Amino acid sequence: MSILAAAGSLAPATRGFLSPTGVEIVFVLVGLAVLGAAVISVGTKQLVHAALWLVVALGGLAIEFLLLTAEFVAWVQVLIYLGSVVVLVLFGLMLTKAPIGRSPDADSGNRWVALLVALAAAGTLVTLVVDAFRTSWIDLGSGGGSASVTGASLFRTWVLPFEALSVLLLAALVGAIVLSRSRQAAVPKPRPGKLRAGKPVGAARAAKSPSSERES
Amino acid sequence: MHLAYPAVLAALLFSVGVYGVLARRNAVLVLMSVELMLNAVNLNLVAFDAWLRDALHAGQALTLFTITIAAAEIGLGLAIVLLVFRTRGTPDIDRLTALGDRVAERQNSADDTADASKGQAVS
Amino acid sequence: MNTALPALVPALPALGAAATFATGRRAPRFARPLAIVPVVLSGVLALVTALQLGTGRTLDAATRLTPTGGPDISLAIHLDGYTSLVTVLVGLVASCVQIYSTAYLRDDPRYPSYAALVSLFTAAMFLVVYSGDLIVLLVGWEVMGICSYFLIGHHWETADARSASLKAFLVTKLGDVPFLFGLFLLGADAGTFRISGVLAAAADGRLAHPTLIALLLLAGVAGKSAQFPLHSWLPDAMAGPTPVSALIHAATMVAAGIYLVARLLPVFLLSGAALVVLAVMAAVTMIGSALCALAQDDIKRVLAYSTVGQLGYMAGALAAGDREAAVFHLVSHGAFKALLFLSAGVLIHAAHTNSLSAMSRMPWLAERVPDARWTLGIGLVALVGLPPFSGFFSKEAVFTAAEHAARGEALTNGVGPASGVPEAAGWIVLIAAGLTVLLTAAYATRLWLLAFPGRRAVALAGAVVPRGEAAEGHAAALADTGEDLPVAASSTATAPSVHATEPAAMRWPLWVLAIPAMGFGVAGLRPNWLPALLDGGSLRPSLATAVLGTGLALAGVLISYAAWRTVTARAARAAVAEGAPAPQSTDATDPGRALLGPLYGPAQHGFGVDRLYERLFVLPTVGAAKLVRFLDREVVEGYVQASGGGARLLGWAVRRAQTGNAQTYLSALLAGVVLIAVFVAVGT
Repeated sequence: MSILAAAGSLAPATRGFLSPTGVEIVFVLVGLAVLGAAVISVGTKQLVHAALWLVVALGGLAIEFLLLTAEFVAWVQVLIYLGSVVVLVLFGLMLTKAPIGRSPDADSGNRWVALLVALAAAGTLVTLVVDAFRTSWIDLGSGGGSASVTGASLFRTWVLPFEALSVLLLAALVGAIVLSRSRQAAVPKPRPGKLRAGKPVGAARAAKSPSSERES
Repeated sequence: MHLAYPAVLAALLFSVGVYGVLARRNAVLVLMSVELMLNAVNLNLVAFDAWLRDALHAGQALTLFTITIAAAEIGLGLAIVLLVFRTRGTPDIDRLTALGDRVAERQNSADDTADASKGQAVS
Repeated sequence: MNTALPALVPALPALGAAATFATGRRAPRFARPLAIVPVVLSGVLALVTALQLGTGRTLDAATRLTPTGGPDISLAIHLDGYTSLVTVLVGLVASCVQIYSTAYLRDDPRYPSYAALVSLFTAAMFLVVYSGDLIVLLVGWEVMGICSYFLIGHHWETADARSASLKAFLVTKLGDVPFLFGLFLLGADAGTFRISGVLAAAADGRLAHPTLIALLLLAGVAGKSAQFPLHSWLPDAMAGPTPVSALIHAATMVAAGIYLVARLLPVFLLSGAALVVLAVMAAVTMIGSALCALAQDDIKRVLAYSTVGQLGYMAGALAAGDREAAVFHLVSHGAFKALLFLSAGVLIHAAHTNSLSAMSRMPWLAERVPDARWTLGIGLVALVGLPPFSGFFSKEAVFTAAEHAARGEALTNGVGPASGVPEAAGWIVLIAAGLTVLLTAAYATRLWLLAFPGRRAVALAGAVVPRGEAAEGHAAALADTGEDLPVAASSTATAPSVHATEPAAMRWPLWVLAIPAMGFGVAGLRPNWLPALLDGGSLRPSLATAVLGTGLALAGVLISYAAWRTVTARAARAAVAEGAPAPQSTDATDPGRALLGPLYGPAQHGFGVDRLYERLFVLPTVGAAKLVRFLDREVVEGYVQASGGGARLLGWAVRRAQTGNAQTYLSALLAGVVLIAVFVAVGT
């Protein structure tokens, strides 16, 4: 509440929706493109196309970030999402032998329920958001999200979470490697729960096996 | 700029992501939809950061963290999907029902007596 | 005088029983000495105690057993002439039965438990007789009941024995419940459970509800002593081994009820109504049982019904207010009825059947068992009551008591006011007793003639059955009756040899018992013999009743004999007319059928009392049980089943939701979140 009070712009805005500024027009147009790309991405029957439409949606979002003066975040978005995540997704699609071209069973039988839930969620959220922020106005000043400002705040104020996050990334990296490691050569080891009585050797191995797995 | 624009866009994007998560059959596409939802949140964070003129830039810092976590998430998620694909031979989520109630599935075909005896055996 | 001696009398057989139970399985060799020695020893001790006590003295000793909130329960001994007499009788009969049983149940695998139960039973009877406290008496009373249950069910392989033991137990318990309440009421009214205290209270008139107490006690007495409404267990109890019938159902247990009334007679004398009830009970029992006895084919059932009738005599004497006569008859009856049962046991052992009609087709039977033939004769004469046998004197004592009571001058001998006995009770007892003497003589004669038809009967039948054929007939009879006899299979397989006499252990007890059966009655002649031991009244028969009783008895004998001659001759003619010397049909030589006429059928089945009880009590009980079963199975269990079924249905529905498809779960989860968000938004 104190942060909201510090913003100082909670007073009813004098600007109307019918006289948009240039930034607003660009924002809405790009927003429509993002939304359309997202809808196509979740609705198309061609799996690889879905990934490519995702690129469009995420790129559009990067433009929106720029429009909101968060330029560093926008470049990061382009770098990470467009550069790596989508590539990862494409690799994933290929590795799981996703069919090229239209696949009629891209959507599960759950889609009507999903549609209902999504529409309900959209309706609820939009109603709430519009109701709450109808009159709020963002005073866009330049330089609010430049690399120097963001770097200063990250390495001064948020340095500890930042370092913790690096450790998390490392763990995720190791985990992904462990999970995706091909283990066709490895003999499946008996799990402790499946041990039969009368196999005294297995008990020792079972006790060892989780730790050995973790080590590898 | 009106705050309502990015907020509404984020809400709609989130809902699209929800639809994708719930409706898509391929696990990789589900992960993509999750990315959409995360990006909706990012948009919100950036918009509110700009609106509140936060001196600490908490919104943007948090957006960066979210992007990082999303990257880690998609890496791990894809690894899991690959693993599943390798063991089960399919990336389809609705065929991964190993945790479902086998008896309930069998009930569809079995008659009532078998059901009763099975129920007693279970209880 | 030392109280250790009488205390030892019940303790010895109880210890013997415990020892037999403990060693019976591992060391069966000791079962016989452990069975005989304690019982005989306690019998001797009972005699010594009686001699030490002498005549006309009483001894009371008590130690407090349990302090209770109300009247204390004490371990009390009461000795007087009555206890001396009854304990000597019990000791004598129990010793004879134990010795006899060693031979009778020689090859029985369950002999140790049998002997232990008989010993325990004897101990309980001693306890009942000696006890000076009503609660301790009740303990002995119930121990006797459970021992009786086990002993009747000794041959539990047969359905008869099982149902008979259950019936005996249930019927006697039916009487015991009101009996227990009667004891409590008596103790509450008198303020003590000591018998001496109770009698003092009765003398002072401190009992508030004498009629209620007396009637409640009478229910227990009727159950134990097999009086009319609750008599039906005793004939069925003959499914037990014969020595058990001799011990329990003739001499001791059934006498316990009579003995108790004799002890508490002052209480009963306070209530004229109870005495009339007792008299009616006794009269119905006497006549009904005598009629039934005339129609029975099973020798043991004849004797059982005769026991019921003789107990009726004793109850009649008590109703007339004369406990001397009752106990006199109790003792003489105990002697001659034990003799009768043991003789009948020898007979059954030799003939391998219980059936009288089967025995009538065995002319060799009389030669085979000469001792039993004599002693059975002695017992029957004593039962009929011909002078100078004991039965004559004791029965005359009952007659005299009833006659005096009818004239309004009952022979209470100072235990209560003579006016306490209603004249109606005397008349009822007198008339019923007269009729019963006639019937008793008739069935006793019939029993004798059927068991030992002799050569004249064979001559009358016109066909001398060859030995071999007799043996065949015997085998057929065995097959017919299917009796479960306690003898080895090998001895039943071979044809019985005429010269193979019964073992000595089965013959000598008969003669020991025959002596009191013959001579005990004389003890009542002189006022300083038996009466001095008891209350001191006269037991000498008066002339009028003696002539009347003997005449009726002789008339019964003659009528029965004449009927037998007639039917036998008729059967012989019929057999000749058919031209075949085939064995006569079962009833051809039975005088009972000719004498009873249309009553024969009902009398054979105990006048349908069992069937009546079946209708009145068993069927409603079974119906109620069925109803309860229905309610339990269908209604109560219905709720249980329904809750289980409901839970299962719910579980089934929940289980259907558990599809394993994560997207379904997530859809439900998100839908729920949206709903909650909407509700929160609308609610605020």
